[in-house]
Amino acid sequence: MSDTITKPSLAELCIVACSEAFRGNGEIVATGVGPVPRLAASLAKLTHSPELMMTDGECYLVEQPVPIGPRKYEDRKPAGYLPFSRFFDSAVWTGRRHAMVTPTQLDRFGQINLSYMGGTYQKPKTQMLGVRGFPGNTIYHANSFFFPAHGPRVFVPGEVDMISGVGYNPAKRVAGGNYSGLDLRVIVTNLCVMDFNGPDNAIRVISLHPGVTFDEVQAATGFELHKADTIATTALPDAEALEIIAQLDPHNIRASVINDNPPAVREA
Amino acid sequence: MSAGSVKPDKRMSAADMVAQLSDGMTIGIGGWGPRRKPMALVREILRSDLKDLTVVAYGGADVGMLCAAGKVKKVVFAFVSLDAIPLEPWFRKARESGTLEVLELDEGMFQWGLKAAAFGLPFLPTRVGLGTDLAELGGLKTVQSPYADGETLVAMPALKLDAALIHVNRSDWRGNVQVFGPDVYYDEWFAKAAAKTFVSCEELVDRMEDHYADSAQDNLFERCFVSGVVEMPGGAHPSSMPPHYGWDMKAFKAYADSAKDPGDWDAVKDHFVGASEAEYLANFGGKEAVAALPLPIF
Repeated sequence: MSDTITKPSLAELCIVACSEAFRGNGEIVATGVGPVPRLAASLAKLTHSPELMMTDGECYLVEQPVPIGPRKYEDRKPAGYLPFSRFFDSAVWTGRRHAMVTPTQLDRFGQINLSYMGGTYQKPKTQMLGVRGFPGNTIYHANSFFFPAHGPRVFVPGEVDMISGVGYNPAKRVAGGNYSGLDLRVIVTNLCVMDFNGPDNAIRVISLHPGVTFDEVQAATGFELHKADTIATTALPDAEALEIIAQLDPHNIRASVINDNPPAVREA
Repeated sequence: MSAGSVKPDKRMSAADMVAQLSDGMTIGIGGWGPRRKPMALVREILRSDLKDLTVVAYGGADVGMLCAAGKVKKVVFAFVSLDAIPLEPWFRKARESGTLEVLELDEGMFQWGLKAAAFGLPFLPTRVGLGTDLAELGGLKTVQSPYADGETLVAMPALKLDAALIHVNRSDWRGNVQVFGPDVYYDEWFAKAAAKTFVSCEELVDRMEDHYADSAQDNLFERCFVSGVVEMPGGAHPSSMPPHYGWDMKAFKAYADSAKDPGDWDAVKDHFVGASEAEYLANFGGKEAVAALPLPIF
C-alpha cells in the first residue's frame, strides 16, 4: 500500500481510542453521539466486542452497524427494536448502556453542561440544547466523552455553568442518595486520552497522542490534571481498523471533525 | 357534558379544539423535536388570541413558534431542537431575552412526570436529578424510601395537562386512533396525562373496524383519552410523520434563518402560519409536496 493510504488521520486515531472504551462492556447498548463516537462504537462491535448492542440512530437495533451520512432509507437491517418510547425502561434506567457524548463543558469533577452558558438561568447569555437525558444517563449507566478541540472553554476552571450530568463532586451529594450507577469512564480529545482514576476520581492523563506533551495538555485545560504512573502514546490505527472506518464513513465525514483534519502523527 | 353522555362523534374543527383552550392553560404537545408534531393544531393556536400558556413538550418548532408569537409564559422541557439544526433558534431567542419561565427536566423524568399525572399520583420517585442542578433550579423535592433501604429519591411531580395535542396516523370519528411508524415517542402518556386530548390525523375513517381492523394493535391509547378528532393530512409539517412523509429541512432552515437579525416574527408569520391551513400548505407546495418529502436518515 502507498504511503498516502496508510497514513492515518488524527480523527481516525481518536475513533480507535474511543472504540477502546467499549471493549469488554458486555451485552449493553453502545451509543455514540456524533461522528467519532458513533464510528467508534461501530468499530468496537465489528472488531473486539461483537456482543455490543446498538441502534441505527433512530429506533431499530442492528447487528450490522449502519454507515454514517447519506444512505438509502432501507439500508438498515433491523434485528431488534429500541425506540425512545421504551429507551428508559430498557436501556437507561436498567444501566444497560454506555454512551459517548460531547457536552459543551466538563469540569474537574466530570460534571457536564449542555443547558446554557453565561448570564443567569433566568436570562442565559447562550441557551443551548437543554439537559436532554444527561441527568439520567450519568446516574444510571457508563458514560465517556469525546472532544475534538481540547481547550479551557471545554475543560473549564471551577465548575460548569449548569450541572447537567452527575460528576464526582462531594458537594453535590444528598444524604441517602444512591450514586452507585455513576460510572464515568474515559475522555478522548484531539490531544490525549484521560480517565477518572486519579485520587478521589480526579481526571488523569493516561495516554498522549503522538507528538503531544503533558504540559501542552495541561496548558489547554482549565483545571489541574493528574498523570498516570506511566503515560503511554496513544496507539495508531492498524490497517484493519482503517478499512472498517472507511466502510462505515464512506463520505469521509470524519475529516470535518477536527480542525484542519491533521494527521495522527504530527509533521515536524 | 356530564360523564355518561359523551357524544360518540368526536369530529370537530381545529378552531373548535382551540376554542376549548383558555389563557393560562398547561398544554402538552406530543412528538419529539422535529418529529410527529401536531403542527397544524399549533398553527391554529398561533392564529388565536390564546396567551400565557405553559407548554410541556419534547420541544421542536412547536415550542419555538409559540415562544416567537408571545403565547408562552412557561416551558417545561428537556431539550428544544430541530435535530440537524441543534439549537431551536426562536426558543433560544426567547430564553436569552429573559422573559420565559422554565422547568428544565431530564428526558426520562419528563415521561415519568406524565405517567404520574396519568395515574393521578402527586409524584413518582426517581434517582434522576440527584447530583445535578435540576432539582434546585426546578424546585424539585426529595422523598425517603419508607423501607429498610431508606434511599433518598427525587419526587418527580406529576405533569398534569389541561389539554394535549397529538398528531396520529389514523382515527375514526369516535376517536379510535392508530399510531404507528418507527417510533411513537411518548404520545400515549401525553394523552393520558391530559384532561382533554385533541387529535389531528393524516386519515379519518368512519368506523375503524371497517377499514383497518388488522392494525388494531396500533391503537396506542384508547378512545376514552380522546376528546376531539380532526383530519389534517400534512398536519405535522414541517416535522416528520413516518411513514407518510419526512421532515422539511428546507422549511426548517428558512424558519431558523428568519430568527436572525432582525428576527421579527410578525414579518414572517404569514409564511410559517398563514391565515388558514390551506394557505399554509400552499406556501410549501401543497399536500402533494409534503407527501413527497423523503423519510429522514439518522
